[in-house]
Amino acid sequence: MLTAHLNSLATSLLSFLMTLALVLSFVMLGSHWLRNHILAFAAESWVIAALSASVAYYGHYKELYVIAGLTVLFRGALLPYLLLRLVNRLKIDREFTPLFRPASGMVVGALLILIAFALSSSIGDKLGITNNITLMALTAMFGLNLIGFLLMVVRSEAISHILGLLVIENGIFLGSQILVPGLPILLELVILFDLLIIVMTFGILVRYLKVHAGTTSSRDLQKLVG
Amino acid sequence: MLTVVEILWAIPIMAILISLLAANRVRHEYVNLFSAAAVFVTTLALLVFSPTKPQQSVSGYILISPFGNWVTLCIGAVYLLASIYSTGYMRILNVTGSKAAKFYGLLEGFALTMLIAPFMNNPGLYWIAIDFTTIVSAFLVGFEREAESVEASWKYLIVVSSGLSLSLLGIVLFYWAGTFHLGPVYSMTWATLHSVAGKVPTSLLLTSFLLVLVGFGTKAGLAPMHTWLPDAHSEGPAPVSAMLSGALLNTAILGIVRFMDVLDGTAASVPAHLAVIVLGVLSLSIAAMFIVRQQGIKRLMAYSSIEHMGIIAIGFGFGGVLGIAGAMYQMLNHSLNKSLLFFGAGNAMRSYGSKEIHRIRRVLSFYPVTGALWLLGAIAITGAPPFGLFQSEVAILRAGIGGKNSWTVWVIGLLLIVIFIGFMNHFRAMFFGLEPAPDSLPVMQFNSWLEVPMWLSLAAILVLGLWWPSGMLHFFTEAGKGL
Repeated sequence: MLTAHLNSLATSLLSFLMTLALVLSFVMLGSHWLRNHILAFAAESWVIAALSASVAYYGHYKELYVIAGLTVLFRGALLPYLLLRLVNRLKIDREFTPLFRPASGMVVGALLILIAFALSSSIGDKLGITNNITLMALTAMFGLNLIGFLLMVVRSEAISHILGLLVIENGIFLGSQILVPGLPILLELVILFDLLIIVMTFGILVRYLKVHAGTTSSRDLQKLVG
Repeated sequence: MLTVVEILWAIPIMAILISLLAANRVRHEYVNLFSAAAVFVTTLALLVFSPTKPQQSVSGYILISPFGNWVTLCIGAVYLLASIYSTGYMRILNVTGSKAAKFYGLLEGFALTMLIAPFMNNPGLYWIAIDFTTIVSAFLVGFEREAESVEASWKYLIVVSSGLSLSLLGIVLFYWAGTFHLGPVYSMTWATLHSVAGKVPTSLLLTSFLLVLVGFGTKAGLAPMHTWLPDAHSEGPAPVSAMLSGALLNTAILGIVRFMDVLDGTAASVPAHLAVIVLGVLSLSIAAMFIVRQQGIKRLMAYSSIEHMGIIAIGFGFGGVLGIAGAMYQMLNHSLNKSLLFFGAGNAMRSYGSKEIHRIRRVLSFYPVTGALWLLGAIAITGAPPFGLFQSEVAILRAGIGGKNSWTVWVIGLLLIVIFIGFMNHFRAMFFGLEPAPDSLPVMQFNSWLEVPMWLSLAAILVLGLWWPSGMLHFFTEAGKGL
């Protein structure tokens, strides 16, 4: 296990980075401006890349340096760029019909983190894990997943849905760096590429939506029922 | 056998290359037809000639197992039928030139991604293959570029991608569970996961399995994650609907079944089987409710797909020789039968110019041949004898009697009767309804491309219903030992 033999500096660094990633997801919850979401997502990806690099350094997994570099390139630069371009082209600045106000959204997000913590500690108890980093990685992974789903549920803009999905994927990626740093590199590479292709597909479909359905808000996509 | 698999992948890749490089110079319908026929023959050869024990090759990345071959056969059969039908359908729609190249290229790509998935020995790579099927087929669903079809493909992509992200989470947790016993770096295959599953705490196993079940269950159209399915199936072109329903759903069920197999023999196995059965029963109930009050003809077929996925899930949930045999048999029967129904629905939609059931009337007097084939297909899909689905559904019900979850047998029986009545009532209205038919119906001449695949699938489900070859049960038994 990676987490069994870490010095206290490494432990604090990893927990700081994970906390930062969680805080950045609250930035997304707290704002209705799409540009802010994309920037927060980009920052979160950089944090996760830093996390990969730290795990590579302290755990001696050399291939994770490559993953860190590619994370910065794909998740930290290319995806945000594509999304920003999409926002500019569609001329949608913000989410107009959110279910919650920002403050209520953040409270619900906090509750979800508590649920994630409860779930992680229950799994930790069963497995006899006393290590805080592992518990925290589980919490961050489940927490980011739940917040990603929350973002998708309470917002109706197509781009918000893409961002919600990306937050979910970030959560899984973050968790897997700590829990399973030995995951075959092939798999991580393919998942990175896969994400890129998905976002490009989403981009094309959003533009189809705008042209052929005249809207990009799921609240107006009501033709198919029953 | 590896060579055969390579040939199987090479065929659609070549066809895609042709449609990319020679967009305007060849008749893409014929390239695609050739590709589909070759794929079908190869899947048959693979099923017949590969050994009954699962084999790993390419340093453990590829798994050739009877169950995988069986799913591949379903894909190959539907791909062939859908390709024959597409040839006629795209001619009616006047799709030619580069647009035809695009359609057939996507169709071949969709077939390719599905043909890759069953051979993946690494659950992570299987997940990626399934994810790629979503991307390619989303474009096929939105191919007609109408408001509804774009909406449907958007919903499909969003719902299925978020579902699949849950199964990725589940797969990461499975890998993590393995690291406690195999060390931080090991090659994850179905077999290694199975070998460590017994040593992992039940709660972690079950959490991971439920995440995977929800994820791949979304893709397989199990209720309550089925919401994308009626939209995507009803808005895509008819041959695409057949591919989605007959081939794709089976490919996703395969993942659930293999993860159930990973859990086999552990304490998590019983609750996992129960969870699958509960989702199956839920799918049947939702399908029954929506079938009875359905107004769209292709949505009717889509809900029937949800019903069949529910039955297949229940069959695998019951397990045992009979349950697995019935479920596998149901997979093939469903593939063939649902293709027949979607082709009939496509023909009716094009000739009546509507997707609404109440506008389709007196089918038999306008279209005696297509109509009769479609009606027979509808009788078959509700599980009436002497067709294949009757055999497989009876096998699944028998597997459930006397087992731990025998209550489900009664529920399924009841729901199947409701579905039979609901489904046949719609067909009664369309075929023998007394309401005035539209007077000025433009009677279309169906070219034989649109009718031949209906004949083929009807013949196949009739044969499968009347004749179990002697080796069949033996094959299913062997397949069940190493999924």
